Parts: sequence; structure tokens; C-alpha cells
Amino acid sequence: MRPLTEEEQQSVFGKLAKYIGDNVTHLIERADGDYVFRLHKERVYYCSENLLKMAACISRDLLLSFGTCLGKFTKSRKFLLHITALDYIAPYAKCRIWLKPNAEQQFLYGNNVLKSGVLRMSEGADRAEGVVVYSSTDTPLGFGVTAKGTSDTKRSDPTALVLLHQADLGEYLRKEETLT
Amino acid sequence: MVVAKQKKKATNGAAASAKPEKKIAVQKKVIAKKVDAIVPVAPKKVVKVVKKKQQAETPKKTKKAAKPNDEEDEEEELPEDLKDFKKAASAGKLFDSDDDMGDEEEDDDEIGIKEGPLGSDDEDDEDDIDMDDDFGSDEDEDDDEGEDSEEDEEGLPIEKKTKKLDKKMAKIAAEGEEELQLNITGADRFELPTVEEVEEEIQTAPNLTSMKQRIQDVIQVLGDFKNRRQEGKSRSDYIEVLTKDLCSYYGYNEYLMNKFQQIFPAGAELLEFLEANDQPRPVTIRTNTLKTRRGELAKSLINRGMNVDPAAKWTKVGLVVYDTQVPVGATPEYLAGHYMIQGLCSLLPVMALAPQPGERVLDMAAAPGGKTSHVAALMKNSGVLFANDPSKERCTAVIGNLHRLGVNCSIVSSLDGREYAKIMPQGFDRILLDAPCSGTGVIWKDQSVKTSRDSQDVQKRHTLQRELILSAIDALDANSPTGGYLVYSTCSVLVEENEAVVNYALQKRHCKLVPTGLDIGVEGFTKFREYRFHPTLSLTRRYYPHVHNIDGFFVAKIKKMSNTKNPKPEQAGDKKEGETDETDDKKKKQKKEKKNGKKGEKTKKNGGEAMEVDGEEGGEKKDDDSTTASKQRSLKKKKNADKNQRKGEVAREDDGFNTKGEVRYEPKQKFKHKKVNRRLLARTSAKAMKKKRRKVMTKGYSGATTSD
Repeated sequence: MRPLTEEEQQSVFGKLAKYIGDNVTHLIERADGDYVFRLHKERVYYCSENLLKMAACISRDLLLSFGTCLGKFTKSRKFLLHITALDYIAPYAKCRIWLKPNAEQQFLYGNNVLKSGVLRMSEGADRAEGVVVYSSTDTPLGFGVTAKGTSDTKRSDPTALVLLHQADLGEYLRKEETLT
Repeated sequence: MVVAKQKKKATNGAAASAKPEKKIAVQKKVIAKKVDAIVPVAPKKVVKVVKKKQQAETPKKTKKAAKPNDEEDEEEELPEDLKDFKKAASAGKLFDSDDDMGDEEEDDDEIGIKEGPLGSDDEDDEDDIDMDDDFGSDEDEDDDEGEDSEEDEEGLPIEKKTKKLDKKMAKIAAEGEEELQLNITGADRFELPTVEEVEEEIQTAPNLTSMKQRIQDVIQVLGDFKNRRQEGKSRSDYIEVLTKDLCSYYGYNEYLMNKFQQIFPAGAELLEFLEANDQPRPVTIRTNTLKTRRGELAKSLINRGMNVDPAAKWTKVGLVVYDTQVPVGATPEYLAGHYMIQGLCSLLPVMALAPQPGERVLDMAAAPGGKTSHVAALMKNSGVLFANDPSKERCTAVIGNLHRLGVNCSIVSSLDGREYAKIMPQGFDRILLDAPCSGTGVIWKDQSVKTSRDSQDVQKRHTLQRELILSAIDALDANSPTGGYLVYSTCSVLVEENEAVVNYALQKRHCKLVPTGLDIGVEGFTKFREYRFHPTLSLTRRYYPHVHNIDGFFVAKIKKMSNTKNPKPEQAGDKKEGETDETDDKKKKQKKEKKNGKKGEKTKKNGGEAMEVDGEEGGEKKDDDSTTASKQRSLKKKKNADKNQRKGEVAREDDGFNTKGEVRYEPKQKFKHKKVNRRLLARTSAKAMKKKRRKVMTKGYSGATTSD
């Protein structure tokens, strides 16, 4: 367990900023205590400091997880954001997209979203922007990357790809072992 | 006239049935006389014939059954006849030609004989064989109907008929009761087969129904043994047969069956328990209060197509799922972490623990994470929650579930539970220990438990449980402002794993049992067979599948009184009678002496065990203060040898209730090289053989032998 290096911080915050923009500061500096990011076995964990002190008592190979796992670093040092980070991203999301009930199921299976499945979308989104996906009942389902901007989506035909899937709740069942 | 003829037929019986021609002739006459009123009666008789033919084919055993059948048929027959009659009467016509045609056709279908009355004749004959009375009654009916039809009157004849029918029914009912009485008295004395017979039967041709019957009979006999027993058979004979039957009927091994018989001495309760073990418990879920509320969750689940209801009045987060159109573990609500699938019994230990926000809590055996997340929900994501499980594979499930349910205050580790006492001694406010057990309370989930558990298995488990509970108590902080509580729970009904372990903890550490705060549940045993536990064990709670409709479970809440490792003297239940203050003083004196320092502490821990030795030691020490070093060493050696021997004896006797039992320490076997006799070595060692062979070879070449 060690704090993140400069480069690692850059990549993590950069990725987060893709989805929540400037609100990253809300994660770094919080009113209700000091929260920190730590790297442990190539995974980035986000937790409060007292939790960190307690976790330090346990030896490295026996400690498996603490706080919330945001994501992991790949072999080529790219940072992948996991679905487990949804709880922190969803409240601060810049762009949101709401899906119709039929499309919800498809998205939860890991497929991309077509225009016909979109209920509504927040304004002013560009191409390749991080978006948080909501269901019709306003529960966050995951996040993705826009294939087109909002204006383009309005003009396109119903079978056009609108959202590229990045992470969804179904991964809790599909990828239980690899999440950690 | 008709009556006389039919009676003659009765006497002829079988002979008459063999002559169809005669019958046809007779019937034609009968038809001539009876116009159409026969018709309502005929179909009934047709049915009767078919039934009787079937009965004739089945084995003789059903002869008795035949009689009641007859009676039933008759009873059915008569009222229906009456109904038909009344109907016809009310409609104003006694004879309905259409009906007749239909009925006659029916007759054709069923018997293959064209005329209805033919069937009736057959019936009459067969009636003769069984019961003359019935035959007579049929006759009367026919006669009455015939007469009525002929006379074509309503009112009085019908009234007469009803009276006759009533009398008839009363007579039949009385006869039925008589027979019942006969049957009961006949089967009064249950004949107990010997154990060997039973075993043979089980091996060769197990008959489930007869086994079940025998089980119930034996239980009935045991219920009132004095009066219902068979002469010459003892209670143990009955119990042996019962055990064998139960084992083969339900599929258990004898060890488990004996254990259950000890826990449920009343046979009826044992049966209920065994039956309940074969049936699944209802699917239940727990709402995650960190993300949603029970009412909202219920609404959204019902919209999805699941039929849910509040599970029980003692829980505010439990929902029971009656039926569902979608898989319970794959709804978007499940994935969003709004609920967790777990049995109702899993809610109980966490409710007993009652963790407060801001505390430090440890869950020693956390997988798959249902109880851990419940603890976190009660703590409202504040404080620190350690989730530990010794197996790394199952820990992935814990991590997944905790993240899904939105728990941020957790630390997941994969230590052996006993390690926590060493790395964080007195470091926790509350601990939840859901100990690994033999699983005898959740047999419905895993039927292999029925055959795979035996005494070795159970002994290993309860040894582990004892170690775990002691290290859990050591990891507790007795001086914490809000806590110092340990909840020990298992999903087993065996007393060795439940009450005995808690009793052991009470004796070994300074702690006490406190009320669990749970409304439901049976009190734990304070005495079991010949063992006696601490009286506060009645504060623990037991749960059974046949009583509460949840898995078999056990919950105990312990509070640590002080942080010292030694039990308070009053707490230790196994003090020897001869122990007085003198020995205590002796102990103190011994403590002062360097060499006996360690021994003194050990005596305190081990209760009365090593008392004798120390007594002797103390005596010797007192007398001779200046013993030589070598003497002291040899004395120590002797004492240790004695202690180890006694330890060994105790450990071997450990049946789960011997709470003095220490964990057996088996010293490594030293490999001793055996010294072989030199002469023997010379004869048989490899070197010697080689020499010999060489000699022989050379001799053979040099000296020509005659062996060619």
C-alpha cells in the first residue's frame, strides 16, 4: 500500500475528470474527513484516513481490499475505471443519459446503446465524452463514452450507435472474480 | 313374484351367472314389469359392476376394502336414486323416455351388454357372495320402484321409501363403525420385529410405506411405553429398530441419527425435524438500508414481477419472496445493491450484535458477505468494519458484495481468525463470529451432510470453534465505552458445537453471557444428558426448521468483563473440591520463585488440573530450598512428563463436553535409527552378501562342481 506517484495521480484524476469534470476536487477535499487514494496490488483504493491506519495493521498479501476500489492499472500503466467507482461518480456526473426499459437490459448485458434506446440526454455533450448512464427510474446503471455529440444524436437515425459501453452493473455478476 | 325369482337366483349364485340365456329371458320379463323407473338406478349399478370386477382382479387383501367400497357405493347409490326420483317426481313425470335411452346407452358402453337389467342381475349375484342384506335392499328398491312405477303414485310411497332408505343408511353406518372397532382392536398390539429382521429387510427389499408405518407405530408405542409395549421387548429394542428405520427412510448415517435422537427425545418432534430437513425454506431477501427502504424496494420488485411480503414481525428489513417471474439474483435492483439474498436466520446474529455507528467491528468468518454488509448498514457506513475470511476464493465474493451494496468503511482480509488476537489484541468493540460448523441446521441446502458427518468431523470442528472463540474474546476490548460484545453463532443444532463451546469460553476467560435481545427462539440447553452447563446458557437462543421455518441456528451474546486472560475464580466451573485458600497461597509463593514463575500462571489457567503436581512441588520446594540444579531439572522433567501424559489422556476423552480439554500437543516423532545385531548384520547385510557371492563364484570356477 503506497500513495500514488505523480504520473499515477495524473492518470487517475484525468480519468475521473472525464466523467465528473472539475468535481474531482470534491473527492480530494471533503468536509467530513480526509480521504486518500492509495495503490495496493495495482489497484487504486479510496478511503478515509482512519480506515487507512487500521488497514495498515494487516500484512500486504493478506490485505485484500479497503474502502472503495476505484479501478486498476494495467500492465501498460493505463488506468481502467471499474464499476465499483459508480457510487462516487454518479452524484457529480457532468453528462447523463437516461435509457428506456428495453435498452436497460441490453446495456446491463454489456452491449452498446443505440439511439432507439435513449430516453433523454443532457445537453451540450461532445463526441467521446464520459457519460453516466441512468435507468428510467433514475438509478445509475453504469458509465460509457458518447459516440456522437448531443446535437448529432438528435439528427441521427434510430439504429445509430450513441453510447459506447464502459462499465455496467451487470459486471458484478459477470466479472465477480476480476473486480477483485 | 319378481322377488321370489330373484331370491332363487341368489341361492343359485355362481351357477346362475354362468347361464346368460336364462338371464336374458328373465330380464326381458323384468323389463316388461318395470317400465322405466329402473333407469335411474341402472347406471349406478353399472359402475358397481365395473368396480367389483376390478376388485376381483386385485389381491385378496382388498376383500376387506371391498366391503367398505360396497357400503360406500350403496350409500352413494341410495341418495342419488332418491334425488333422481325426487327430480322426476317434481318434474311431473316419473318416466323420461329420453333419459332412459341415454342411460341404456351408457350401460352398453360400460358393460357391453345391451340391456340395463342384465347388469343389475350380475350385481345381484355378486351381492349374494358379499352381503345378503344388500342384495335384499336392491331387491326392495327395485320392487319399490317397480311398484311405484306401476301404481304411478306420488307422496306416500316416496315417504315410505325415504324412511326405508334412512333406516338402511343408519344400519350401514352402524355396521361400518362396528368394523372399524374390530379393525382397531385387531391392530392394538404392534408386533416389533427384531433388529436383524429390520436390517435384512432394508438391505434386500426396502418398502417405504411399511417402514413409515412401522416408524409411526414405534413412536406411538414409545409414547405410552408402559401400556403399549410388547412383552419381552425392552425400550432399547424399540429404539434400535426406530433408529434403523429412520436412517434408511430419510437417508442419514447412524451417528447423526443418534445425535438427533438425543436432542429431540420425543419421537414426534424428531419426525417433524427430519421432515423439515427435506423441504426447502422460503427465499428471503434483506433490504439494504444504505440505499433504499423496505417499502420502496417492495414496490419496485412487485413492478418487476416478484411477489414479496414482509418476512416476519421481528424484522424491519426482511422480505420473503413467494414467487417470481424474474431471477431474484439478477434484477436491476439487485445489481444496484438495493437488497441482498440471505436466509432469515442470518439476520439474527447481526440483530443480536447491534453495532453502533463509529465502532470498530470485526466479522471473523465473513464470506459471502451478507452479515458483514448488514453490520455496515447498521453502522451507517461510519466506523471501521473488518471483514475476514480464511479462504481467499470466497473473499472475492465478500469484496464484490460489499462494493455492490455501497459499503465504504470496510477492510477485507484473508487471515486465519486466530491471528486477530495476535495482531490486534483488545482492538475491537464488537466481534461477530459465525463459526464454521457441521451444517446440521441447513441440511436442506446440502443433503450430503446426512451421510458425511461422523464423530471425527465434529470433533475437529468443535476444537476449531473453541480456538476461534477464545481468540475472538482476546481480540475484544473490555474497556471500550460502547462495547466489548461477541456474538457467537452457528448454523448447527448439535450441542457440542453450540452450548458446549460457549460453556468452554465462559470457563476459560473472564466473560459472561448477556441477553441476545431477540424475540423469537427456543432457549439453549443448560443441561444435556448427563452434562451440566452454566445456568446463564439459557440466555442463548436456538432455532429449528420445524418450529420457526428458518434454518437450524444458534446465537449467543457474550460480554467481556476484563482484559486479563485468566478466568475469574468463581467463573471456573471445574475447581476441585479440595481447593482452599492454602493452595492459593502456595501458588503465590511459587509465583515468586523464579523457576516456578511460569508454572504458577499455568496452574491458574488450567484450573484444577495441575494443582496436585504443584502441590507436591510446593511441598518439596518448601522443605528443601537449596536443591541442586540437576535435581531441579530432573524434577521438572518428571513433572512435565506427567503433565503431558495427563494432557494426552484428557484430549483422547474429548467428546465435546469435557470443557477442561486442552488442545492436544503431539510432539514430533523422532526418527530413531535401529541398532541391528552385528551377527545378524554379518549374515544379511548387502556387503556381506556380496562377499559371499564373490567367494562362491570364484570357488565355482576353480572347483568344478557336479551341478552341471
